[in-house]
Amino acid sequence: MSDWVEACATGDIDEEDVMRFDHGGRTFAIYRSPDDEFFATDGLCTHEKVHLADGLVMDDIIECPKHNGRFNYKTGDARGAPVCVNLKTYPVKVDAGKVLIRIG
Amino acid sequence: MARGMVIIGAGECGGRAALALRELGYDGPVTLVGDEPHLPYERPPLSKDAMVSEAPEIKAIASDAILAEKSIRHIHSVQAVAIDRTAHAVRLSDGSVLPYDKLLLATGSTPRKLPMPGLGRRCVYLRTFTDALAIRAHLTAGNRIAIIGGGFIGLELAAAARKLGAAVTVIEAQSRILMRGVPAEIARIIHDAHVAEGVDILCGDGIASIADDGNEVRITLADGQEISADLAVIGIGAMPVTGLAAEAGLTIDNGIAVDAELRSSDPDIFAAGDCCSFPLTVYGGRRVRLEAWRNAQEQGALAARNMLGAGEAHAAVPWFWSDQYGLSLQIAGLSDEGRSTVRRDLEGGAFILFHLAEDGRLVAASGIGPGNAVARDIRLAEMLIGKRAKPAPEALGSQAVKLKSLLAA
Ligand SMILES: Cc1cc2nc3c(=O)[nH]c(=O)nc-3n(C[C@H](O)[C@H](O)[C@H](O)COP(=O)(O)OP(=O)(O)OC[C@H]3O[C@@H](n4cnc5c(N)ncnc54)[C@H](O)[C@@H]3O)c2cc1C
Ligand code: FES
Repeated sequence: MSDWVEACATGDIDEEDVMRFDHGGRTFAIYRSPDDEFFATDGLCTHEKVHLADGLVMDDIIECPKHNGRFNYKTGDARGAPVCVNLKTYPVKVDAGKVLIRIG
Repeated sequence: MARGMVIIGAGECGGRAALALRELGYDGPVTLVGDEPHLPYERPPLSKDAMVSEAPEIKAIASDAILAEKSIRHIHSVQAVAIDRTAHAVRLSDGSVLPYDKLLLATGSTPRKLPMPGLGRRCVYLRTFTDALAIRAHLTAGNRIAIIGGGFIGLELAAAARKLGAAVTVIEAQSRILMRGVPAEIARIIHDAHVAEGVDILCGDGIASIADDGNEVRITLADGQEISADLAVIGIGAMPVTGLAAEAGLTIDNGIAVDAELRSSDPDIFAAGDCCSFPLTVYGGRRVRLEAWRNAQEQGALAARNMLGAGEAHAAVPWFWSDQYGLSLQIAGLSDEGRSTVRRDLEGGAFILFHLAEDGRLVAASGIGPGNAVARDIRLAEMLIGKRAKPAPEALGSQAVKLKSLLAA
């Protein structure tokens, strides 16, 4: 399956910020980078199941709001204690002002 | 051949330090010695989620497989009993001797004991997973739990006990709960949340006597009031574990005294985490000892770098969190450095108090709210504190001004 799902409008997220997106019983986090690109990852931290969308985005890092675990949201790589399991990422495209993600 | 790196205390700090040594590429022997029978594990869940679950499990910092893969030798259930500084060796309780090039003391802290007669087997403390399992067995519907001390661990445990239907009384000798480090405005919200959940909080009265007959604890307060409980959990603070260091002649000052690089009075011995006192750069070198999880993590990693010769000074801002019911509290910095406060209201009743020094410098921020409502702004505040910023109070107080914009200034 390669379904593109509309997550939000580009204007819904500030630059260097993140938004939560729930779909089909799952939760995702959609990011807008400082250089105006969009990315998507699983919505929950891999340490404890906490919504990353409440966290802080700095450059290409999302920091978990609960215990400051860090991930590179472009690659999903875990970047330091206490997180050690990487975050799943999803393809994103922008079409006519809409942000679409492909949920595999 | 290298004697290698030896770490005493396989807790948050020791565990992180061992992993960090390998991440930094050190390839000599790394030995992690701990007196608990478990893998290094996270303590914070012991008063929170782990307590509510049916069968509490350890949240390990590293599995056996990871330790093996990284050739970290973990010696468990064994205590380090003496340091021979001249020989550069540590003697263990099983009689073995471990030579070291550099030694890290990450011995943590231990609950402060209630200095009273009458305590028996129904009067317990919470520090280890073993303690937690023993307490968990008593947290059943209708059982009466008395919590002595209105600090974080006791209050978190009170919340867990209520979720499991136990009847809970918190006894705090001071005039309010969370007297240490938490502003009254925030302590009030936590107090009210507990009362709304049915916890009986008794403040302002010391304990006159305790009688524990092995089945029931009877606590008599100074004003004569009596509380009977099936279990009393004592949470009146913690003391650094310094015996080993003191006997080895290292300088002790409210913990094993270290410099900004976490080095003790012996240049080959480092100390980090709950057991050490260190100069906090962000407050002009004020000597503090923290009992905080992220500090243990960061200092473990910093100690590892400095054991390998990085010569890096500790520069982090203290940070702490606590969860009770649906509320989360986060504190960045030390609020007692502040002289005035500015309040910023966030959505859903959440708010942050910014603590400013006399000269307008932001020195701490304390926030409370549902879920992770305060997390992002506390994190930004922490960065502002680290930069020794003097943000305009009006900007801090206004929801319309993004804190991130102040950081760029
Ligand atoms: C119930 C509970 C809840 C907490 N909740 C929070 C929270 O919400 N937020 C927060 O920021 N912090 C919290 N903390 C504090 C946090 O867990 C500690 O700051 C952290 O564990 C400190 O790590 P450490 O490695 O320095 O010490 P420890 O975790 O105490 O580890 C030290 C280890 O060394 C061992 N040891 C000591 N001496 C020897 C010896 N001679 N030989 C061998 N082994 C030895 C000890 O047995 C222990 O296993 C909580 C603590 C507890 C107990
Ligand atoms: S839940 Fe994300 S770091 Fe702990």
